[in-house]
Amino acid sequence: MAFELPALPYEKNALEPHISAETLEYHYGKHHQAYVSKLNELTLGTADEDKSLEEIIQSASGAMFNQAAQVWNHTFYWHCLSPQGGGEPKGALGDAIKAAFGSFEQFKEAFNAKAVSNFGSGWTWLIKTSDGGVDISNTDDADCPIAHGQTPLLTIDVWEHAYYIDYRNARPKYLDAVWNVINWDFIAQNFND
Amino acid sequence: MAHQLPTLPYAYDALEPHIDALTMEIHHSRHHQTYVNNLNAALEGTDLESLPVETLMGEIERVPEAKRQAVINNGGGHANHSLFWTVMSPQGGGKAKGDLASAIESELGGDEAFREAFTQAAVKRFGSGWAWLSVTPAKRLVVENTLNQDSPLMHGNTPILGLDVWEHAYYLKYQNKRPEYIKAFFEVVDWDEVARRYAEATA
Repeated sequence: MAFELPALPYEKNALEPHISAETLEYHYGKHHQAYVSKLNELTLGTADEDKSLEEIIQSASGAMFNQAAQVWNHTFYWHCLSPQGGGEPKGALGDAIKAAFGSFEQFKEAFNAKAVSNFGSGWTWLIKTSDGGVDISNTDDADCPIAHGQTPLLTIDVWEHAYYIDYRNARPKYLDAVWNVINWDFIAQNFND
Repeated sequence: MAHQLPTLPYAYDALEPHIDALTMEIHHSRHHQTYVNNLNAALEGTDLESLPVETLMGEIERVPEAKRQAVINNGGGHANHSLFWTVMSPQGGGKAKGDLASAIESELGGDEAFREAFTQAAVKRFGSGWAWLSVTPAKRLVVENTLNQDSPLMHGNTPILGLDVWEHAYYLKYQNKRPEYIKAFFEVVDWDEVARRYAEATA
């Protein structure tokens, strides 16, 4: 059964003015679609055709890994964003963030600094640590925490295609804007699972 | 003396319509400038500040380990972009001539095979990086690609033609269509400059 591009959980213009409809036209409609299409080309007629995305990510390497992980990463990223997003996390997740970083503001600063330092193409993540806390990490290119047995809670895409139309070379401006649309309900659900 | 942003050898709009003026302006005045600034910051307080950037990249193990990755990223960024601007020209395009054309013929199977190999090297570079035509220490031509801002000089090759395939190099005009950008690049390649670099690398 072929892999499919999952539906975007909101309209393409829903995240404006923070992320433009034009960006989502390309990012979801072209980039994410291309990863799905290439994954189907690579898996067609192979034993991987009937595997789940997660199984491929945990077993594949090279081009197959890149396509599968990019399909997964983008789906996860779309769900980390919401037109009703923004604000601060509450409950157990909010407490874990404060315990790890001191305050929500300090967490954001640490996350932004990590994302700015991610050289080239990649992703910046909030992950759940084995002791039930939280930490920030970077991955390169398509790499993804579930390939390393980690539990991702939140991701921000820092490939240039995620922000170049809206912010050009100014990755920090994109990062500042994206906090306005972070879907803390989804991230709390990931934390509580 | 600190490293400086080189002047572009043509106007920002000179490579239109193949590479647009806005892309050139941001690419040169923002991206390249940032690499220069960060390189100078990384080298501050070392005894490597006066080395030409090409020498620095070729002798990268001389950089203290704590600063090496920053120098690879930003020294590479400075060296790669400095080469990139010079191998394009509004009078560019066409094919290589002379000794370089002969070498492309005998070592890479001719112009068409070279273009195909170079295009594949550029398309297949996943994420950010560069495609190159380089000269090996044995003075043979090779098509290769590198990740992020890694320079062929780091493994002993001398780049003579380079194509930036970071998304910032083409996203405003070509968005996700990297193959169209690669095709457009060949319309502005300054083969005289590539031949000059080939002669220098094989001398």
